[in-house]
Amino acid sequence: MSIVAPAGTRFTASHEWVSLSGAVARVGISDFAVSEIKDIVYVDLPAAGAKTTALEPFGALETVKAAFDLYAPVSGAVKATNRELSARPDLVSQDPFGAGWMIEIEVSDVARAEQEMAGLMDATAYAEHCRKQKH
Amino acid sequence: MQYNIPLPMEEKVPVALRSTPLTGMGRALGAHMVDFAGWEMPLYYTGIIEEHLKVRSRAGLFDVSHMGRLFVRGAGAADFLQRMLTNDVFRLEPSQGHYTLALNEAGGVKDDIILFKLEREFLVIVNASNREKIMEHFSSHSSPGVEIADRSADMAMIALQGPAAAAILARIAPVPDRLGRFGIVSVAVAGKPMLASRTGYTGEDGFELYPDSRDAVAVWEALLDAGRADGVANCGLGARDGLRLEVGYPLYGHEIGEEAVPWEAGLGWVIRPDKGDFLGRSALMAARERGQGRRLIGLTCAGPGVPRQGFEIVLDGNKAGNVTSGSFSPVLKTGIAMGYISGAPGEGPGSLAVVVRGKPLPASEVKPPFYKSGGVSVVSKAYAAQQENK
Repeated sequence: MSIVAPAGTRFTASHEWVSLSGAVARVGISDFAVSEIKDIVYVDLPAAGAKTTALEPFGALETVKAAFDLYAPVSGAVKATNRELSARPDLVSQDPFGAGWMIEIEVSDVARAEQEMAGLMDATAYAEHCRKQKH
Repeated sequence: MQYNIPLPMEEKVPVALRSTPLTGMGRALGAHMVDFAGWEMPLYYTGIIEEHLKVRSRAGLFDVSHMGRLFVRGAGAADFLQRMLTNDVFRLEPSQGHYTLALNEAGGVKDDIILFKLEREFLVIVNASNREKIMEHFSSHSSPGVEIADRSADMAMIALQGPAAAAILARIAPVPDRLGRFGIVSVAVAGKPMLASRTGYTGEDGFELYPDSRDAVAVWEALLDAGRADGVANCGLGARDGLRLEVGYPLYGHEIGEEAVPWEAGLGWVIRPDKGDFLGRSALMAARERGQGRRLIGLTCAGPGVPRQGFEIVLDGNKAGNVTSGSFSPVLKTGIAMGYISGAPGEGPGSLAVVVRGKPLPASEVKPPFYKSGGVSVVSKAYAAQQENK
């Protein structure tokens, strides 16, 4: 399990992580998020090609007791989704930064994506954000 | 990631929560605690799905002390309860219980209740959220020769549920073999005297124990020890809600309430109009004459998505009703729900759907229980009775 997010990973206040490699941003939810929610049963992801807008919902995650909206960290178009999750939604809990990734977004404008990323939290700021949410 | 649908069990308004004799233990064991009807209760210890499947396959322990325990005694007690409740009190033998309803004047349901006949008094188990309401209701209709006491705080209530429950309990309590479903006895469990009934809300065999509040933690620990080899699990109310839904038991405030007529909820089998007058009887009989405006159905979803309370049910594309309880079934591995719909049953596959986050999720109508254990199914009886009443 990838306990630690890869270097350069940025976080939204709503607990999505994003890692940009070239023009492709991979997105998932954080270890903190999966420690706070149990019993994930479905991950509802968009079809390839769907547009994403930074900080707007792109999909949903369902647990036994509740449903959560998932927010896109950056704008672009969905290039790929993690198809494993339809049969194994528990991968999100088991390996949130690795096998539990959700979507890859192709960003059309790298400069804009970098700007959107700059508005998100780094690992240190995010850890502090989680510490505050816990109390 | 943000809540899109709040947890149905959690109230968001912070209030001073009440504790049961087992709340501190749950907290100390690391349970995820929530506000349930004003009580601080465990939603889960390790996870809802895991606890649910433990109860279906082995056994689970639940703190259900938040429920109300009222005692009715005196020369007029039986007549009083006969007047206040829909089932026939005089059919109860001593040491026996049954499911029954308290109605309002309009025939709506004030509470659904388990009533036990003890040697010299009656034990009335009411829902946590209705305890004060039923105390007031009973007191306002009481008559000389009837004493009503709320002893909820004096005793705890622990549910031991699952196929291994009887074997586990037998290790620390001389439970008589004759204690059948809905029976109740006085017995020592781990050396502590208490009432024990063969009841529960999971669809599995099991017991509910009523120890003195001061003995609750010791009794819980003794049950855990006695059941260790069988894999008994600490369970929270999340699993309890899913277990009851899987077997189609109604939940007050969801399938039944002040506005719901028992016929609609398929609870005709606990109404005994032939027993004589009781509160709500005339309104109920009039409603029966008028016929049912809506009916409670079970739904199994085909595809990803979890139906939840309040979601719209559509029939051939038109709104037909709303989900009253819905969840993901850990046993069937799909979304299941109960809800009221108006109109005729679905004509064929594909005509029924539940709207989940704006999209219709195809569903088929099934008669609960969605899952049936080896035990007696109250709901299949309820449905048989409802079909008869048509």
